[in-house]
Amino acid sequence: MNDVIGISYLVASISFIVGLKYLGAPATARRGNLIAAAGMGLAVLVTIVGPMFGASTVVLPPLNLTLLVVALVVGTVIGWIAAQRVQMTAMPQMVSLFNGMGGLCAALIGILEYDHALSMACEVCESCTEMSLPIQHMIPTLAGLVIGTVSFSGSIVAWAKLDDRLGDRRFANQHIVNLALLTIIIVVAVLMTMSVVVGSAPLVILLVLCLLYGISFVLPIGGADMPVVISLLNSFTGVAAACGGFVYDNQPMLIGGILVGSAGTLLTIVMCRAMNRSLLNVLVGAMGGTAAQGVTTASGGSVKSVTATDVAILLAYSRKVVIVPGYGLAVAQAQHVCHQLEHDLVARGIDVAYAIHPVAGRMPGHMNVLLAEADVSYDRLKEMEDINPEFSTTDVVLVVGANDVVNPAARTDTSSPIYGMPILDVDHAKQVIVLKRSMKAGYAGIDNELFTRPNCSMLFGDAKSTLTSLVAELKNL
Amino acid sequence: MDTGTLHIITLVVLMIFLGVELIGHVPTVLHTPLMSGANAIHGVVVLGGIFVLAGAHDVFSLILGTLAVIVGTVNVVGGFVVTNRMLEMFKKDSR
Repeated sequence: MNDVIGISYLVASISFIVGLKYLGAPATARRGNLIAAAGMGLAVLVTIVGPMFGASTVVLPPLNLTLLVVALVVGTVIGWIAAQRVQMTAMPQMVSLFNGMGGLCAALIGILEYDHALSMACEVCESCTEMSLPIQHMIPTLAGLVIGTVSFSGSIVAWAKLDDRLGDRRFANQHIVNLALLTIIIVVAVLMTMSVVVGSAPLVILLVLCLLYGISFVLPIGGADMPVVISLLNSFTGVAAACGGFVYDNQPMLIGGILVGSAGTLLTIVMCRAMNRSLLNVLVGAMGGTAAQGVTTASGGSVKSVTATDVAILLAYSRKVVIVPGYGLAVAQAQHVCHQLEHDLVARGIDVAYAIHPVAGRMPGHMNVLLAEADVSYDRLKEMEDINPEFSTTDVVLVVGANDVVNPAARTDTSSPIYGMPILDVDHAKQVIVLKRSMKAGYAGIDNELFTRPNCSMLFGDAKSTLTSLVAELKNL
Repeated sequence: MDTGTLHIITLVVLMIFLGVELIGHVPTVLHTPLMSGANAIHGVVVLGGIFVLAGAHDVFSLILGTLAVIVGTVNVVGGFVVTNRMLEMFKKDSR
């Protein structure tokens, strides 16, 4: 039976590799996800059923078995319902929450393994003062516990921030506090692995420190950088899972964990590159910290406001229109009516394209998912590098609920916190219409000088109702 | 260092390279589903939860073990289902 378990584990490990590979190409992505899911199912099944057969039969106590089945059922139901119910706009925070659950699982495993080692050691030694725990077992156990706990509390904070339950909070010398916390965590963990300090008290202290660190690590990181943080925490949980693989000498855990750890780290770096920021810069949190400086630049100028009728006429007589969708479109659930507008414009013989900034929405690719949901054709979605040269020949650009990704300050103003971030050069177009609810600043918390440019007009209102009235006005022309 | 540990370290290093290789050239469009899919895969940590729950003897470890399996399963099932939902939308426009 051991061979069956071993081979099943091998199959599961391969399914993770193939699944991840397939997830990287549009045509095979869905199959990749299903393959990995099937492999996971096999691994779980074999882990539970495997030991019940074979030469050295391990019979689970009925209570443990019952709890196991109940836990699996409860977890499946919760996960399934949460994943089915979540709005596509709220997906980034859902991923963050699921990631936190994985981190919590790794942390709990660490606690129980440490506790187990503690009670084992207690049985053999007489005075608990000279107790020592096996170091080769303690290294992965405590590493998994530390990383899992940080990933858990960090993910919960990331979820709360994305869900607008929590704003950016920072206090003086935050970086120094964080660095100090991290140092203390490492020192305590090392002392525990070497059994210099032993017992439940250091374990609790370590847990509290890790929870605090996860919170203070994510809390100051500003809005637009949240996807990077989620991706990073995702790879953290991968490493925590791999630590579990060490503890139990379990291949699927090891392979799955390390794969996600390394692939996730690379993905994090790729995302940073898309925003032209270094990972260190994101983590130290330069974005929110210098935001105050940028605010004054644009507030001096005045903005022009136009009506839906004006915009409809403008659109009807243009040849080329580019729509720049942003998070505002997503929260207003305006992707369907946006597709309707695009459809009506195309019917009038107007060339329509969507300009997708790499980080439009809340995560790279988030906007593509939302527009795909509204049946927008794939070949109308243009990536930033392809569309930027085309703005100079574009008659009208409709910016729908996007802000920071079209802020020219990123090109010109060295003092701006988003300076250097690649942006969509919408200001090169003949006319820019910005659909926006109010003059409120974007996610990065800075003003946008685009709004005061001579070729820019504002159409205030909720993206969905504004687009609906545009569609109606266009029909009347 | 014994051979077992050495084997594991070899495996880890190879997997790090493989992980980097696998997603080296992924289009931006797929970053979100990929992150979500990877998120589901690290849910494999639930196996550890099963091990601790199976070996639990006292109330403390029974409770924490059950909790570990629940949250691990949420990670796995939720992760795969949400990724599938995202990718279903892509399928429509590839017609």
